[in-house]
Amino acid sequence: MSIKAPRNPMPSQDAIERKTNFKEVALGYDKETAINEAKRCLQCKKPMCMQGCPVEVDIPDFIGAIAEENFEQAAKIIKNKNNLPAVCGRVCPQESQCEQKCILGIKGEPVAIGRLERFIADWEAAEEGKETIQTSCNNKKVAVIGAGPSGLTCAGDLAKLGYDVTVFEALHTPGGVLMYGIPEFRLPKTVVKREIDYIRDLGVKIETNSVMGKIGTVDELMNEEGFSAVYIATGAGLPHFMNIPGENLNGVYSANEFLTRTNLMAAYNFPNFDTPIKVGEKVAVIGAGNVAMDSARTALRLGAKESIIVYRRSKNEIPARLEELEHAEEEGVQLFLLTSPISINGDENGQVKSMTCLKYELGEPDSSGRCRPIAIEGSEFEMEIDTVIMAIGQGPNPLVANSTPGLDLTKRGNIIADEETGLTSKDGVFAGGDIVTGAATVILAMGAGKKAARAIHDYLENK
Amino acid sequence: MFKIVDHEQFADNLFLFKIEAPRLAKKAKAGQFVILRAFENGERIPLTIADYDREKGTIDIIFQTVGKTTKKLGLLKTGDEILDLVGPLGEPTEIENFGTSVVVGGGVGIAPIYPIARSLKEAGNKVISIIGARTKDIVFWVDKLKAVSDEVLIATDDGSLGTKGFVTDLLRGKMDSEQIDRVWAIGPMIMMRAVAEVTRPEKIKTIVSLNPIMVDGTGMCGACRVLVGDETKFACVDGPEFDAHLVDFNLAMRRACYYKEEEQTAQTSGCNNNGGGCQCQ
Ligand SMILES: Cc1cc2nc3c(=O)[nH]c(=O)nc-3n(C[C@H](O)[C@H](O)[C@H](O)COP(=O)(O)OP(=O)(O)OC[C@H]3O[C@@H](n4cnc5c(N)ncnc54)[C@H](O)[C@@H]3O)c2cc1C
Ligand SMILES: Cc1cc2nc3c(=O)[nH]c(=O)nc-3n(C[C@H](O)[C@H](O)[C@H](O)COP(=O)(O)OP(=O)(O)OC[C@H]3O[C@@H](n4cnc5c(N)ncnc54)[C@H](O)[C@@H]3O)c2cc1C
Ligand code: SF4
Ligand code: SF4
Ligand code: FES
Repeated sequence: MSIKAPRNPMPSQDAIERKTNFKEVALGYDKETAINEAKRCLQCKKPMCMQGCPVEVDIPDFIGAIAEENFEQAAKIIKNKNNLPAVCGRVCPQESQCEQKCILGIKGEPVAIGRLERFIADWEAAEEGKETIQTSCNNKKVAVIGAGPSGLTCAGDLAKLGYDVTVFEALHTPGGVLMYGIPEFRLPKTVVKREIDYIRDLGVKIETNSVMGKIGTVDELMNEEGFSAVYIATGAGLPHFMNIPGENLNGVYSANEFLTRTNLMAAYNFPNFDTPIKVGEKVAVIGAGNVAMDSARTALRLGAKESIIVYRRSKNEIPARLEELEHAEEEGVQLFLLTSPISINGDENGQVKSMTCLKYELGEPDSSGRCRPIAIEGSEFEMEIDTVIMAIGQGPNPLVANSTPGLDLTKRGNIIADEETGLTSKDGVFAGGDIVTGAATVILAMGAGKKAARAIHDYLENK
Repeated sequence: MFKIVDHEQFADNLFLFKIEAPRLAKKAKAGQFVILRAFENGERIPLTIADYDREKGTIDIIFQTVGKTTKKLGLLKTGDEILDLVGPLGEPTEIENFGTSVVVGGGVGIAPIYPIARSLKEAGNKVISIIGARTKDIVFWVDKLKAVSDEVLIATDDGSLGTKGFVTDLLRGKMDSEQIDRVWAIGPMIMMRAVAEVTRPEKIKTIVSLNPIMVDGTGMCGACRVLVGDETKFACVDGPEFDAHLVDFNLAMRRACYYKEEEQTAQTSGCNNNGGGCQCQ
């Protein structure tokens, strides 16, 4: 196969069709396409791609196995390092991780590593009689707080090493943002459930409905319940608001609430599911990250006639993945750039009816490297809308930190932990994922979980 | 799964469940609540912890059937199980010896004032409990309250039990006859606002327990936003108790009504097989 062979495109649901349903947008490679794509890989001696994968997947090996049609072997190779491959294959920002480093990307298009990973994970799920997993138990107990990708990865790896692991999760369902945040049409919940079942099969116990800091504390876990180490992976779940007038009107949602109602509580299927959601005719989403794109696309699927991203910088600065932005625009999401609300206005019943916005222009780059938006004086205008979704970021939830003396935090309330090991200021307590880094990505959160599992193992071996 | 080990029906629309939840019972304090999801496909709803027994490992919840979830819940009996139950959520009531404390409970709000009254009594307060309801059939726990109060006063709208009138009338009477150091009021929003207006001129510190619409109960969604002294608070983690004189009740009442139409739809829609969880449509 020549180097020039183009990358195989991802089949996807038609944009007009898909904006009326919650089914998955990207359909996945079939067998032939996967083998073709795998054959594009050069099987580099020094595979650069692997440097871009935080969980250290043996990329050329598994791709080689696909090229030889040995899918079972490919699955084994991936799962050796990655506990959640069907999730990663779908939501990893591959363009800035593994695929960014792929040598083929220099002159042409990189190997579609993520799509191949997804192909294998889905193939394995469809196969009957999956391998039974043998893990031995060394009778040492480790607690993990938070069943998002970081906590689940750490738990899975520790179970593979023989530890008796219990994950404590606040919600009634494990998965973290994978379950409550990322929409069904990007990451079907059956896929997440399947991968969580795999973690359970490794021997991990998951205790849902357990809000740590309320039902128990880190100190109690270690001193009274016999856990030798604790990994804190509680994510960045605290929604920010803008603190502008009118934010408590009916019709103003945080993205978290909007997405949680829709995904975790399946409000799109109301009244078959009891949790309601309201979306008006014209929805404004404030912000332009992945969370904003997900909210805007969800609003369309819930029946909004217009769904508008309102962002104070220009298109160049949009932080969402390019693919997400493209998908959103294809579906009809509108962009109102260089614009930001200064107040939300309500009618006599306290229901949102409009936003007063200011126009912005771009100034010098700020500390984040992005151009600073400067308000244009006298540019106020009114935008009629009936729902506002705030997607301007999330902070760390303080419940665990506040109930754990001796845990050092940053000014913003994130837990301070060593980047290589996850070790915190408190003996035996490790932390990683969004609670340490602030809102980041699934794969970075998983990478942190993996490193922490290794460090916890070292710590307990030497104890 | 959380087993209902005992249940009691106080009136047509008023139920008590004693639920087995040992970890939760060990930690529960006055003023805190749980969120439960009773069925697959069900909504998460908050209910106050009305009592707890650390030894037996149980908690009590008392609820009024007002909509789809609570009505379905009312069909459960001793031996049935609740799918998901999480807590104790929210900040516990601030308990000290304040001197003379008055706890005011209206309707189903009688339930949450009981553990507060008990804790205040244990802390050495003189405790006056004032409870009220529409009519005598829906007044409950009078004896339990008597056991932890120095005095229990009752008002009903129709005069069928205690004085005819409102709890605020009884509260005003007490304020005229003795020095009151602190007041709690829990019940319908209108009643809490009325109590706040009674104590405001006298500057008696008054605490209310707000019951906004909630989803997760852990500070993750912001659905439970309330305005207290011009500051937005998340009732599930910052509350649910707040200084009554700072609460924006009008806003709270408007927000509680946001899903009125959908709540109607939920009740009129659907087959009730399988506790309403059937997806036959
Ligand atoms: C809408 C949305 C879309 C996104 N899209 C992408 C994407 O396409 N690609 C990508 O790479 N990243 C994406 N991200 C970011 C990514 O999801 C997060 O970076 C990642 O989930 C962080 O993982 P985590 O395990 O650290 O935390 P979370 O996934 O946040 O999990 C934390 C878990 O801890 C639980 N918890 C919190 N407090 C407690 C407590 N006190 N006791 C017990 N449990 C507790 C929470 O309920 C939660 O289940 C998206 C995020 C959002 C919100
Ligand atoms: C902290 C707190 C403690 C509470 N304690 C008690 C209690 O001890 N006993 C009791 O009977 N009730 C209590 N409530 C109120 C109870 O949660 C609602 O009655 C219940 O959610 C109604 O659900 P439904 O489906 O039966 O009714 P619906 O028809 O859905 O709603 C009826 C009304 O209940 C309120 N409501 C609806 N959904 C929610 C929700 N998810 N969260 C909060 N309120 C909602 C709304 O104001 C609505 O108008 C409490 C509420 C809060 C926030
Ligand atoms: S886990 Fe993510 S970063 Fe690693 S190889 Fe797979 S898609 Fe790439
Ligand atoms: S860098 Fe690209 S071509 Fe080389 S091994 Fe990795 S995926 Fe294959
Ligand atoms: S209920 Fe979600 S933040 Fe309070």
